[in-house]
Amino acid sequence: MDGTDPTVLDELERRCQGSGLPRLLGVVSLALGVGGLLAPRALARLTGVDDAPQANPVIRAVAARELGHAAGLLVGRRPVGWSWTRVVGDAGDLALLGRALADRRGERRRRVAITTGVVAGIAAIDLLAALRAGRARRSRERLIVMEVGVTVNRPASEAYRFWRDLENLPGFMAHLESVRVDDLRRSRWTARGPAGQSVSWDAEIVEDRPNELIAWRSLPGAPVPNAGRVRFVPAPGDRGTEVRVELGYAPPAGRLGRAVAKLFGEEPEQQVRDDLRRFKQVLETGEVVRSDASPEGITLRQQFLQRPAQPLPAGRRD
Amino acid sequence: MKATAWMGKDSVKVVDVPDPRILNARDAIVKISTTAICGSDLHLYHGYIPALRKGDILGHEFMGEVVEVGPEVDNLAVGDRVVVPFPIACGNCVSCQQGRYSVCENSNPNAGLAEKIMGHSPAGIFGYSHLLGGYAGGQAEYARVPFADVGPIKVPDEVPDDQALMLADVFPTGYMGAEMCDITPGDVVAVWGAGPVGLLAAASARLLGAERVIVIDRYPYRLRLAAEHVGAETINYAQLDVLDELNQRTAGRGPDACIDAVGLEGHHGNAAVYAYDRAKQAARLETERPFALRQAILACRSGGVVSVIGAYGGFVDKFPIGAFMNRSLTMRTGQCHVQRYTRPLLEHIVRGDLDPSFVVSHRMKLSDAAKGYRIFQKKQDDCTKVVLKV
Repeated sequence: MDGTDPTVLDELERRCQGSGLPRLLGVVSLALGVGGLLAPRALARLTGVDDAPQANPVIRAVAARELGHAAGLLVGRRPVGWSWTRVVGDAGDLALLGRALADRRGERRRRVAITTGVVAGIAAIDLLAALRAGRARRSRERLIVMEVGVTVNRPASEAYRFWRDLENLPGFMAHLESVRVDDLRRSRWTARGPAGQSVSWDAEIVEDRPNELIAWRSLPGAPVPNAGRVRFVPAPGDRGTEVRVELGYAPPAGRLGRAVAKLFGEEPEQQVRDDLRRFKQVLETGEVVRSDASPEGITLRQQFLQRPAQPLPAGRRD
Repeated sequence: MKATAWMGKDSVKVVDVPDPRILNARDAIVKISTTAICGSDLHLYHGYIPALRKGDILGHEFMGEVVEVGPEVDNLAVGDRVVVPFPIACGNCVSCQQGRYSVCENSNPNAGLAEKIMGHSPAGIFGYSHLLGGYAGGQAEYARVPFADVGPIKVPDEVPDDQALMLADVFPTGYMGAEMCDITPGDVVAVWGAGPVGLLAAASARLLGAERVIVIDRYPYRLRLAAEHVGAETINYAQLDVLDELNQRTAGRGPDACIDAVGLEGHHGNAAVYAYDRAKQAARLETERPFALRQAILACRSGGVVSVIGAYGGFVDKFPIGAFMNRSLTMRTGQCHVQRYTRPLLEHIVRGDLDPSFVVSHRMKLSDAAKGYRIFQKKQDDCTKVVLKV
């Protein structure tokens, strides 16, 4: 793996991560926790509950809880869970404040009311953050990322040249209908989608090192954001070229996402491996190899839904 | 056209199917003149090879006349008389270029399936299940031959079909089995199985300079062929203890090399031992009955070679790894890389060094294929090899 260039796939990964909101809320928790522990009286006065005998211990307890949230949100690995504990804490705080509001009058009542308003606002933000973090996690779970390699008995330059002409890709990638190259960077891809419908998107080459590497990604607006990178590495001792492909798909939520997941099935790598086998066949033998039972050549579906090993009926041309 | 289709366990039928067409630019269509039933076709017939489907056309030994060539085939012309190797090989991948044609990396369109069972996929084979490509076989009037610029070789007019057809599989397979033994002067080579492949392995071992060749089988008529046509000594395992006999005949050394030309449907002289593996195979607890292989390993002299050319498909039980490891044995195996041997062996035939057609016992019409399978399966009428005339 070449560490010097930002990878396309990292970018795809980032798209699925939540915003910085949970971290920001962690900072707020830290401030509140430290403030509450160091100056509980000042905080009690500010929020209008300084008359209650139990104010001090309650504020300390709330402050300690906030430090827990801060730790979870700032250094923890699962912001989703911690975002929800904040929401639960907010609900507890609002309940306490509701009781405080009921038996106070005048300036203290005003301060408690303001505090309640501020906490309600924070609770709304917490809820939003928790929901967003959950969505990000689910979209990360939907993310399909794979790395597959094949060794081709041809020089790296030839394998690179064939792949770099993106219009060759549908010749061996089973799910692609066509690729139209617009210019050196931009191209339009059309894939066989679910239920026989076509799906199209624009893509751009983001990195191009002749005979070594090609990286591409879909442009904003793609129904299924995706990115890929292929490296061409000479195999040792005249064994041809190792062609290593990384692909990432970020299927959206809902019907399309489910359809994409189904299309890839339980073994997404198998389809890419079959694509690469076809790539090897085309480069080494000139064509995708066909048999009577697999007249379209290698496809995953075909391997399980074989026709008998008999010549094709006249008129059927694949 | 007429073609022999597998219809289920122990059943084949000559049926009408569409004529084959060119699917790839390097294809040729061959009008078949003679084809044969191979011992390994019996494994298919019995349903021991996975991924065979009703209607699949069988047959991987065939020859005939080229009637159509794809645009990329420049070494053959319409009218050429050719014999076709049973493994389909592209000639372009590293395996092919190193002469290992039967593990061609490109010729199995169902490689993903084969990988699940075998780790990596071997080459596609004509008429040999969907696991090995799903190619229609050659027990038919016509066949589509992929990579026709690599596999088929032209046969001179003076070589009759019965001799040339043996170049499709049995002669090269037997020859490779002997070649893998690294025969040096003085060597004793033992061959399990006196079917066509075993007989031709024995004959090839002679050709390659073995001092003595000992052939093991239980059918007297087959052992007679080994004695008369190969000059081999014989052991009938139904009457003699094979290990004792081999030790005695080699003064305790054991054969220098042992060839397993039996494969997955072996028989054993001891009824109890046979019943054990037969039951496990029937229950699918093992896929093979590896009697010959076990015995070959135990018989072989320490440091010797066990050459496996009998066909196996899956997994074996009670593999004597202790004997194999502690006694420095070497095992060499493979479906035959036929393309490597066709030309040199055709030379041997033309020069008259060896006429492989001595293994042919029956000549029938293609339309009698079902009967051919039956008598070959039951070893009726001293059947060794059935050749079908189209």
